[in-house]
Amino acid sequence: MRETFVDTVSTALDHDPRLAVVTADISRDAFAPAHARHPHRVLNVGIREQAMIGVAGGLALTGLRPVVHSYTPFLVERPFEQIKLDLGHQDVGAVLVSIGGSYDDPVWGRTHQGPADVALLDTLPGWTVHVPGHPDEVAALLPAALAGDGRVYLRLSTRHNATAHPATGRFTVVREGHRGTVLAVGPTLGNVLAATEGQDVTVLYASTVRPFDHRGLRAAGHTDVVLVEPYLAGTSAHEVATAFDDVAHRLRAIGVRRDREVRAYGTATEHDVLHGLDAAGIAKTIREFLR
Amino acid sequence: MLYDRVLNVSPDTADDPGRDRFLLSKGHGPMAFYAVLAAKGFLDPAVLDGWTTFGSPLGQHPDRVLVPGVEIGSGSLGHGLGLGVGTALGLRAQHRTTPRVFVLVGDGELDEGSNHEAIALAGRLCVPNLTVIAVDNGSASHGWPGGIARRFEVEGWHATTVDGRDHDQLYAALTARHDSPNAVVATIREA
Repeated sequence: MRETFVDTVSTALDHDPRLAVVTADISRDAFAPAHARHPHRVLNVGIREQAMIGVAGGLALTGLRPVVHSYTPFLVERPFEQIKLDLGHQDVGAVLVSIGGSYDDPVWGRTHQGPADVALLDTLPGWTVHVPGHPDEVAALLPAALAGDGRVYLRLSTRHNATAHPATGRFTVVREGHRGTVLAVGPTLGNVLAATEGQDVTVLYASTVRPFDHRGLRAAGHTDVVLVEPYLAGTSAHEVATAFDDVAHRLRAIGVRRDREVRAYGTATEHDVLHGLDAAGIAKTIREFLR
Repeated sequence: MLYDRVLNVSPDTADDPGRDRFLLSKGHGPMAFYAVLAAKGFLDPAVLDGWTTFGSPLGQHPDRVLVPGVEIGSGSLGHGLGLGVGTALGLRAQHRTTPRVFVLVGDGELDEGSNHEAIALAGRLCVPNLTVIAVDNGSASHGWPGGIARRFEVEGWHATTVDGRDHDQLYAALTARHDSPNAVVATIREA
């Protein structure tokens, strides 16, 4: 996904004088060719994440469209007040693009994990949040984000699904069933499809979660919902509640656990098991919920 | 001083991309700012009477969305300088070499680490259209050994310390052109 992002943005810089890229050392080398062509619009600020967002806000105040990129916790958590004030409060837009997901590479430990990113951005108004599950979806989502004026978060991952789905902003029906709806977000779809094999459930897929496709969820026709997100469990629970605010419904949320800090290294696959985001864990949760 | 003799901005050019910009980073000092904006025609003087009341655009911290002529919403300290660096870089990226960006910070506000990221970055990226006015009224809890100007100089800025009540010194420092970003430390001490 990162390669698709860098290639797409680097090409767009050649054609759109409004675009600017701001990095804080992460992916600096990947943008080096673009920097050589556009030294004043591809800015690496060094390891200064507060300045990274502040500079982006200033660029936007002059009419540019900043694309800001770093590792998930360093893009969203560390400079969160800058995101709130230097972008939101100034009423300017930007495209924030993270890599690393929640725990794409757990060997680096807790400091490099960012499962709270979407939940944090959810506290701020006006953000569009994309969680692509395939590099082709990145390519499909970026043009509108780059051409717009709003505040957009694009959450990239090294993990992806086998195939891409149309990035329409609406939920896609991947499988139809009768006992409930399983909503898979971004890269969780592969495990969700494996988990629901042979189960009589509808599977929806989302690569855009804000705005949340309330109508699409209701259109699936079930009020028993299993929400599978690759970040903090239940991040979109309030959106499901909004979708069904006039009817009784049940929700089971699967995602990165909130009950304790995970102090483990290893692989992302091992962390999936720990959070119940592996196919077996998802299948077990669905079976128990729809029993 | 700034609005009388230095800044190239007026109500008619408040949205002109070629205007000079003044960013009040220490947003807790907006009363004089509002008065100047009213005196210069950016806002109706009658609005001043409603200061901080519900429905008034004028609060204890200025909001750019609510007040014409206010370039940034500020209040939480340590944000204006990063925005100012970005603004200066944005102007450079658009080949606008004439407009200048002035950011007013307090000496206490300089404690915020975000300022030091911005000071170092501006020095490295060399944005000569950026001027910081650091009001030094001795309010930083732990002070600045060696002086505030030195802090900017080591990062590649041109820095001048002046009497903050001396208009001629201020004018000379604020209108001087350098090849590096410019810091004007305006010292204010009780008599």
